[in-house]
Amino acid sequence: MTKLADGEWHRLHPATPLLKGGIAFIAILGVIIANLRERIVEFFFPAFVCPDEFCDWEQDPMSRLLEQNLILVLLGVAVVLVLIIAGFWLSWRMHTFRVTDEVVEVRSGILFRTHRKARLDRVQGVNINRPFLARLVGAAKLEITGAGAEANMELAYLSSANADGLRSEVLRRASGIREQAAVARAVADGELPPEVLAPAAVEGENHAGLSDFARQRLAELTAPELDPNLAPPESVVKMDAGRLVGSTALSSSMIFLVVAIVVAVVLGFTTDISFGVVFAIVPMVLGIGTYLVSRVLKSLRYTIAATPDGVRVGYGLLSTANETLPPGRIHGVQVTQELLWRPFDWWTVQVNLASQMSVSQAANGAQQNTTVLPVGSREDVIRVLELVLPEVVDGDSRERILAAFGRPTPEDDFTTSPRRAAVFRWFSWRRNGFRVTPEAVLLRKGAIWRTLSIVPTARIQSVAAHQGPIARAMGLAEGRIHTVQGPLVAAVGALDVRDVERLFRDASSEAVGAISRDRTHRWRAV
Amino acid sequence: MTDTTAPAESPRLDPVAGEWRRVSPKYLTIDLISNLIWTVIMVGVAVVAVVIFEWPPLGWLLPAGLAVIFLTYAALTPRRVRAIGYMLRDDDLLFRTGIMFRRIVAVPYGRMQLVDINRGPLARAVGLAELKLVTAAAATAVTIPGLPFDEAEQLRDHLVAVAETRRAGL
Repeated sequence: MTKLADGEWHRLHPATPLLKGGIAFIAILGVIIANLRERIVEFFFPAFVCPDEFCDWEQDPMSRLLEQNLILVLLGVAVVLVLIIAGFWLSWRMHTFRVTDEVVEVRSGILFRTHRKARLDRVQGVNINRPFLARLVGAAKLEITGAGAEANMELAYLSSANADGLRSEVLRRASGIREQAAVARAVADGELPPEVLAPAAVEGENHAGLSDFARQRLAELTAPELDPNLAPPESVVKMDAGRLVGSTALSSSMIFLVVAIVVAVVLGFTTDISFGVVFAIVPMVLGIGTYLVSRVLKSLRYTIAATPDGVRVGYGLLSTANETLPPGRIHGVQVTQELLWRPFDWWTVQVNLASQMSVSQAANGAQQNTTVLPVGSREDVIRVLELVLPEVVDGDSRERILAAFGRPTPEDDFTTSPRRAAVFRWFSWRRNGFRVTPEAVLLRKGAIWRTLSIVPTARIQSVAAHQGPIARAMGLAEGRIHTVQGPLVAAVGALDVRDVERLFRDASSEAVGAISRDRTHRWRAV
Repeated sequence: MTDTTAPAESPRLDPVAGEWRRVSPKYLTIDLISNLIWTVIMVGVAVVAVVIFEWPPLGWLLPAGLAVIFLTYAALTPRRVRAIGYMLRDDDLLFRTGIMFRRIVAVPYGRMQLVDINRGPLARAVGLAELKLVTAAAATAVTIPGLPFDEAEQLRDHLVAVAETRRAGL
């Protein structure tokens, strides 16, 4: 257990003001002081005269500044800079946080104080980011994500070791172990019957594996500073660099890029369209190119693994990011395939998460990590699905979900569009459909860009059915499953109206049942 | 999979049979008045534009067209208001709206994050309020308009109470 979570107020890493941008101001101040030094010395000690070979006043741009009284302006700038730097330092002094059994609290601000408190049992995930500069000084950014915009608590920066420790501690407390311990005490005191404890042990075994659990306890007892959770677990998917580059080269944005370049070159040489038009493409090419390169760089050191506290997804070559998603925080999974990936049977997996990026992160152009598998074979996808949706994908449903990826088969139990809907779904009407099980609603779409969406029934927010005038004339309708915002939009249209009614009824009743059964927010407790 | 190429017996989307609760008939008046206000504003702006910019006589088609659109909308209002309904089931709330574009939503009680009551100036004048349900999904967007104020408050208290007993994770 890390000492940061002892319920006392703590400060952030001492290098925080520098990493947050103070370093730039110190550099500017340094330049000004270096230039002013001789002048200041001369001003206060007129007797000390600088030897000519060092200070050639006539050549020095400072002299010209001095003549125009600009030196005062420069001094003013220096004072402002000192104040800014003091402000950075002061804001670090005033920025404190504490982690208690129930809540995380952060106090910050110099003039306008803010005090934010978040309940640990509402934690949606814990991210650790190590930007390149911060890695050099051994610091990391920890972010405890809540549901909704602006609901995140950022602790930037902590020392790397502390960040890992705090992450596992926050997740451990969020998991309801305390509650479980309280139940155990109550049993010992005779307040509760011992049967209460039995399901807890079984539950622990299901989620974490009893041996893992015991080992962790034992390790905490024997060596409190060594937490086996800190050792990186084995990734269940090996990211192959060749496949990653290949998949990027065959992605639709790359194809778009190539087509754009070809068109530009052809137009440039064959017609007398002004070069301005052709060069308008350059920024676009640069933009897409940067995106593709960053995609490859980001995914090169991709790992995904199960920890007792959820799925851990790691990314990044230079700046590394690490995200731990506790069970039950994944609101939807989408498996998609680019057109040119088909010969290789490559797929990509994206998820919808309730946590949203803070505005400051969005302003920095950071992308929220909604991709849990950048590219992988069908087997990789199933392994990832088993991790992120353990209640949906298990031994029994494995084969059926595998079958749902590709071409529709008569045995796959999907309800698909009727033939008359082919007007709206030219190629995909045979594939376009849904399947409702007690654990999840599966939506399958697209014959060219294949998509399979899985929404766990326990995470469904609401269910809707839509019908416009044309669809009504054709006896068609659309069904929608509402989830939190993300890459997955769970809607399937052009279905027979009776089928949509069935989807609506089944999905809403399964959702109600699953919500009452759901215990994932206390994944290690009773 | 339905193999018939012929449309189903009744092409209307109506997944749940049951007693739908309607909104107050007074809501019809409010809707018509607010529609009228908009009509006056839009048609007025169009007329002023035609006069000031000295558009050719054909320009009068714009305010005329706007007036026709708004009048058609007003003519459909009684039917549209009657189509708005909600139903409280054991574990979820159903909300339906629309004649041409039908929409039916089921919101499980355990999923409600917030229940808002809003009253505009017009609605307040006749003692009505609207009730808004918020879940973690923006698409849910359930707003029940035209509830008598007492009913809206009772409904809110009821929804908050049942949401509390069924609360689970997000």
